[in-house]
Formats: sequence, C-alpha cells, structure tokens
Amino acid sequence: MPAAVSVRNLQIETTSGVPVVMDVSFQIAPGEVLGVVGESGSGKTTVGLALLGHARRGLRIAGGEVLVGDQDILMLDVEHLRRLRGSTVSYVPQDPASSLNPALRIGIQLREVLQAHAGGRGRDHDERIAETMREVALSDDPTYLRRYPHELSGGQQQRVGLAMAFANRPRLIVLDEPTTGLDVTTQATVLSTVRELAAAHNVAALYVSHDLAVVAALARRVAVMYAGRVVEFGFAEELFESSAHPYTQRLVGAIPRLTGGRSLLGIPGHAPSPGRRPPGCAFAPRCTMHIPECDAQIPPLSPVGPEHSARCIRAVEVMPQTQARAGDPVDVAPAAGSAVLTLENVVARYGKVEVLHSINLQLEHHECLAVVGESGSGKTTTARSIAGLHRDWTGSIRLGDKELETSARSRSTESRRQIQYIFQNPYGSLNPRKTVGETVGQPLAVFGIAKGREADHRVGLMLEQVSLSAAYARRYPDQLSGGERQRVAIARALISSPSILVCDEVTSALDVSVQAAIVELLGQLQRDLGLSMVFVTHNLPLVRSIAQKVVVLSEGSIVEYGETAQVLADPQQPYTQQLIAHTPSLETATAEARVGEQRRPVIER
Amino acid sequence: MTWLRQGGIGAFIIRRLLLGVLVLVLVSILVFAATQALGDPARAILGRDATPASLAALRAELDLDQSVLGQYLSWAGGLLNGDLGNSLAAQQPVTELLGSRLVNSSVLVLCAAVISIPLSIAIGSWAALRREKAFDTVSSSAMLALAALPEFVVAVLLVMLFATTVLQVLPAISPISPGQRPWDVPEGLVLPTATLVLAVAPYVARIMRASMVEVLESDYVEMARLKGLPERTVLIRHALPNAIGPVFQVIAINLAYLAGGVVVIEYVFNYSGIGSALQDAVVNHDIPVVQALAMLIAGVYVLLNLLADVATILVTPRLRTRL
Repeated sequence: MPAAVSVRNLQIETTSGVPVVMDVSFQIAPGEVLGVVGESGSGKTTVGLALLGHARRGLRIAGGEVLVGDQDILMLDVEHLRRLRGSTVSYVPQDPASSLNPALRIGIQLREVLQAHAGGRGRDHDERIAETMREVALSDDPTYLRRYPHELSGGQQQRVGLAMAFANRPRLIVLDEPTTGLDVTTQATVLSTVRELAAAHNVAALYVSHDLAVVAALARRVAVMYAGRVVEFGFAEELFESSAHPYTQRLVGAIPRLTGGRSLLGIPGHAPSPGRRPPGCAFAPRCTMHIPECDAQIPPLSPVGPEHSARCIRAVEVMPQTQARAGDPVDVAPAAGSAVLTLENVVARYGKVEVLHSINLQLEHHECLAVVGESGSGKTTTARSIAGLHRDWTGSIRLGDKELETSARSRSTESRRQIQYIFQNPYGSLNPRKTVGETVGQPLAVFGIAKGREADHRVGLMLEQVSLSAAYARRYPDQLSGGERQRVAIARALISSPSILVCDEVTSALDVSVQAAIVELLGQLQRDLGLSMVFVTHNLPLVRSIAQKVVVLSEGSIVEYGETAQVLADPQQPYTQQLIAHTPSLETATAEARVGEQRRPVIER
Repeated sequence: MTWLRQGGIGAFIIRRLLLGVLVLVLVSILVFAATQALGDPARAILGRDATPASLAALRAELDLDQSVLGQYLSWAGGLLNGDLGNSLAAQQPVTELLGSRLVNSSVLVLCAAVISIPLSIAIGSWAALRREKAFDTVSSSAMLALAALPEFVVAVLLVMLFATTVLQVLPAISPISPGQRPWDVPEGLVLPTATLVLAVAPYVARIMRASMVEVLESDYVEMARLKGLPERTVLIRHALPNAIGPVFQVIAINLAYLAGGVVVIEYVFNYSGIGSALQDAVVNHDIPVVQALAMLIAGVYVLLNLLADVATILVTPRLRTRL
C-alpha cells in the first residue's frame, strides 16, 4: 500500500542555522492517524507545519523530503505550494478561538477555502458547505453560517476548523493539539469526529499533542519527540506497556490514572532548548539510567521490535521496566475531621444570571477537596467566592467558626492571609516587571510578617521548598518555564503560612509531565505543612492522586460528592460516569489503543 | 429609554451625539471663561485714548454691562441660533468673516487627509509586510525623522526646495484674495498640502505598521495562508480589516489636530484660512472670533472622534454584536 505521506530526514533550523528538528522520518498510510507526542519545545508543531511546506518566522526547512503521493512538497514553488495547502494537505490549528478571523463570518471563512481551490463565486459552493457542516455535526442553516466566531462556543469553533480542513477532501490533514482548552466531553466528540471523517474519506492524519493519553485515543502508531528528534516510534499500546526509551516511560508515568491512586511522577529538569542540546543523547541529563556512553554520540533510532524503534542505547534494559516504574500508591492521609471551611447554601450570580445554586460543602482540616466539572459548571466561581474574588454571592462561607465577608477587600487581614489562591495561568498571574523574589516576598510585607533580610531569607527557603533554588529570586518571570512559573505562584501562596490553599486549574496550562510534577509537589506540601486544599480541575483522574474527597459540579449544582476512590470507582450519577468515560487517562488510553488495534484500517485494492 | 441602551449602532450614535453636546457645553464654559482673560474688548477697540464715557457707551453696545452669567447665556444662545456675534475688529458678523476662510481651510485639510490617509496606510502596511527589510528600515527611519521635525521647519524646507533656493517651480506663499476660491489657484495649494501630509503621515504610518505587524503574526493570518488562500486575499480580506481598527483612532486625532494645527502652516504660507484668522483675532483681542473658532475646533474634535469610534465598531464584529 503506498503511503499517503512519507517524510524523510526532515531538518529544520533557525534562520541563523541552529538545528531545531533533526532526522525526522515517518510514513502515514491513507486512513491512518499517526500521533506525534512531545512537550512544548520538542519540535512537534514545527514538524506538523513542515508537512504543509510552512516554517514559522525565524525558522526554515533546511533539508529532507516531504512526499505527498510522489510529489516532494519542499521542492514546490510558492504558487504550487499555495494550491496544495488547504486542498491536498490541510491544517487544524491548536487554538480555534485565535485561528478563526474575528472580523469574518464563519460561512465566508468556510467558503473561501473552497473558492481558493475550486474557483467559483457567489453561492456556487452552498451545497458542499452545508454537507461539510453536517459532517462536523454543526447546523447547516444559512443563518448559522452568518455567525461570527465569537458567537460560537470553543467546541463549535473547533468544528468549524475541522470543516475547513475537510472541505476539500484532503489526502493529509495535520491536527495540532486541536482539543487543548476544550472540555473533556467536547474533546471526546471532536476526537470522534476526526476519527470518523479520517476513516470515511481515507484521509491520512498527523495528530500532534503533548498528551499521550489523548493521542492514544486516536492514533494507532505514535512517534515520541524530544529535543527535535523522534526518540521512540511504535504502536500506542507498546509505548504504554513496554516503552523502550526512558523519556517515553516517564511520560507514561505522568499520565493520571483512574484506578489505584498512584503518585504522578514528573520529570525533573526541562528539555534543552535548540542550540543548548548536549552532544550525546539529549535526554541524558534528566535520565535516571544515564551512563557515560550516553554522552558519546546521539544514539541511532534502532529497532527493538516489529514496527517499534527507540533512540536509546539501553533500550533492551528499559523495556521490561515500564510497569514497575509507575508511581507508588499514594497514601492519602485521612482528614482530621474538624471543618476549617464550610459553605452553606451559597448562591452566586453574574449579573442577573444565577451561576451557582445552593452549594453546601465542607473542607476538613488536612483535607484536599477536589472540585470537578466542565467549563460553565461553576467550579471556578465556587473557588473565587471562597477567596472573596467573586463578590456577588449570598449564603454563608465560614472559616473555622468565623463568618466570611463576601469580598476579599472587606475581609480582615487575618482571614485573607488564611486563604491563598493559585491561578490557572502562570503566564498571566505573575507580574512581568517584578523579580521572583519581589513576587514571592510581597505577602510578607502585605501581612506584616517579615521584612528586610529576614524576608529575603524566608523567600529563599520558600523557593527551595517548591523545588526551585534561592537563586531564582533574582530572575524575572519571562526567564522561567511554565512549570517554574507555577512553582513561583505556589511559593507566593504558601509564604504567608495559610491554612487553606485554593488551586484553580493550576495544571491545565502545563504539559502532562509538568502537571505531574506540580501535583506531586502540591500533594507533598499539603502533607508536610498540614494544609487544607480546594483543588479545582476538569481532570477527574488527576484528583485520584491528590484528593480525599471530590465534588462534581454541573451547571452550578452539586451532582456528586464523596470519597474520591469511591466516586471514581463507582460513580452513581450518569453525569459523573460520562465525565470519567470522556477523560483521557492511562486506563482509557490503553483501552482505546486496544480498540484502535481492532480498527486497523483495511485498504481494499 | 431602554432602546437607547440596546438599540444597536443607531442608538449608539445618538448616545454619543448627546454626550458630544454635553462636552461642547462644558467646552463653551471653558472657552468663555478663558476669553474673559484676554482683557477688556472695549478698551482694545478704542485704544489708550478712550474716555470713560466712550468706553461705557461701547460696553453697553457690546452687552458688556451685563453680569458674566448673562453674557455667557446670551453668547451661548446666539451660538445655538447660528449667531456668532460681530467681529470687534472688522465690524462685521463673525459668520460672514469666517465663512470663506472656513472653506479655504477645509479644502486644505481635506486635500491633506485624502492624500495622507491612504498613503500612510499603504506605507505602514507595506513596511509591515517587508518587516526588517530595506523598505521597512528606510521608511521607518524617514517617518521617525519627519515626526521629530516641527511642521514649520518642514514648511520652510519645502519652500527652499521648490520655491526659492533650489527650484522655483511653485509659489512660496499662497495668498487667496477675497472672492477667490482655493481651487482657483491650485498651484498655491501644493506646498501647504504637502507640509500637512508630511506632518500627519508619519504618525498614522507608524501605528499602521505596528498594528499590521501584530495582525500578520496572528494565528488567523497563518491559518488563512495554510488554507491556501492567495496572498492578496490574505492581506485584503484577513489582515487589513483587523489591522485598521486601532488606526481609525489615530487618524481621527490627527485630522482633528490638522483642524487646529493649520494655524502655523497658514501663517507660513500666508494662506487665508481659519488659522490665520485665529491668529489675527487673538492679536486684536477680537473675542467673538476667538470664541467662535475655539468652539468650531472643539466640534470638529468631537465629531471626528465619534466617526472613528463608529468606524472601529463597524470593522469589529465583536463590538458590533454587543450593541
């Protein structure tokens, strides 16, 4: 069977000649979905864009071949490349909200991709547009096509993105983390749409993601990228059960599990940036199996099994370890039984809309309570009301036996110190003009805890406690990675010794491996410092590793509330069951990989 | 009144017009108060030798014997009726005095706007497209240099270049005799217009470049290219409408500046417009003329800002659908 696309020795470098992506080769058969997994900066998106002959500003494709059919698209001139893009090879971007033009109606954006390749004007493509809209499960009503992108939900926007990509029946489609930022339920439906369309029209697809569990939901074969190279290549289930590269192994260890609360293992350190990559194996500095030979030269991608290869000289030793190296079971200590925070009949509004209906919750001493739900469920409003950041609520929130004012501004300094908040996006929550030291030290001054050298000393200790060194105090946020920023935010929250920590989706902007490290850190700090914690997330398996209790919210009401292990193992409510089924976890991922095995595309000739 | 809050773009314009009227009322109070400080008009007209009796008589004739509030009310009432009073120096109605000058200045400003806006949008967009290449470097430096030069220096340089020292192809001054219209002497319009264009274009071009650079880096422009759209479509349909929104505000501010800023240019070229009228009026303590011109310029500011906001809303669906 001829491959739909075949990439050979792809090399991409910066315009100043620093290699970014090296020696990437793979083939995708018609109807097949190939997964590409890697952390931010691994070069996965760069590879995806190269399949359209595109390199972002500052980068250029330096060598190799991208054969679509028997045409090397890297040899095409500008005009032929333009005709190829959007027709033979199409692209589904990461963030649908920013990839749709805010000033154009979606109908126009859909129509122009047909006009650009098939010609025609006016209403020529009406029928094709309606058909494409139905394929992605959107309304084909002309009034719907007159909407602007901001009048659509995130899931609908991404369906428009899919419609544009599938409109011209491409041979190859590149999907660049198209479900990042979508709810688990929306993600699940978008993924199944992609799966069905790719199979129905025999389209080859490259699916790029940082989340192995998500990729496995769609792709049978997966390439794992690290520092610009493919480090492992194989069937999804092989990567889960007998990965041959230590990096893949650690990546699998970082995926949250539904069953058996195991600690998530983050990967210490971070990937080397282009130009600073070591001469030997790029993962060697972070690898626990590192031996001197690893630094000698870049290991070749060697076969370790049928259609399974890895770039590790110790692959044979690595393979049997995967299961053994999963995290240890977490012994989540029982809570002390005295309520530190009580919510009674809390009703919150945005303007005239009631977004929380009578919430009753209790957070006990030393307890971590997970608040889980989809966007719009009211989970963040609950957290913000507790911290006094959302003011428009009625009912009662008690800290110990002390009634709290609605807004943080009118609360006493002491109750503000007791409740600290960590925000979702570490890129937005740190002041870029302040050093890490100033940011972390600020609560000390605000609450009058310490100043001068004493404050500096405490900042240093706090930074060590969140696994950063005291030297970070002099850095600015833009010198830090996402995971490091979130550690700084944790340090800022903990330096005033609060009794309650409110974490609002603190890992959703981070890579899976970084998420694991942050959750690991929070769990450890909670045990060491005896914190009580409200942990808001949309990721159910994630809470298994950290929370004693979980409350599931839907449309502003509590759907289910109970012990984490019990809720996850035996959910009583259909909503919770559905949420669990749609969330990518190690279990769903391996199950999907097995189903994918049976769905192996059959090409009749 | 709820329709005013939710009635779409029409209600928005009415709402903003009402606000504009409020602004003009406040401006009129300030203008009136400030012109009181110019001194006693009666003494200005009659000079040093005036007798107390003749001063008193003139004050009565000019209604200056009323209370300050009374003077303001009768002046403001006149404004509403289109009666701007009589010029003290020329002894003729202000409307008559300014009418032809207003036409002269408007022609100058319009010429400058019609040339400078498309030109600066084109230069800014092209510089953004050729970012960090030769055209961008040269045009950005030139624009910065022009923005740094005061416009009378630009005017004098242009005169030296085209009228006196180097070439003698254009008139150095552009007087318009009474009864003549600016288009009767088109060659006289060239240098004043060129000066105004050079004064305004740099600001608009720089903001256009910045806005365009940002839009060209956006995900939706990358997406448009990856959809295989022709580059023309990418630029004209996808990039331009998004880039031009913020530029409208700068264009409005600059046009309003032109309306007030023609003073210097008209002086340099001896062009008889409202700028030179304003200058004469201040020198002569001709308070009714100063007041009328100040209100006129304020009105232009209010109107241009309203137009800019409406234009921004029209190219930004997110704002439009919220109305």
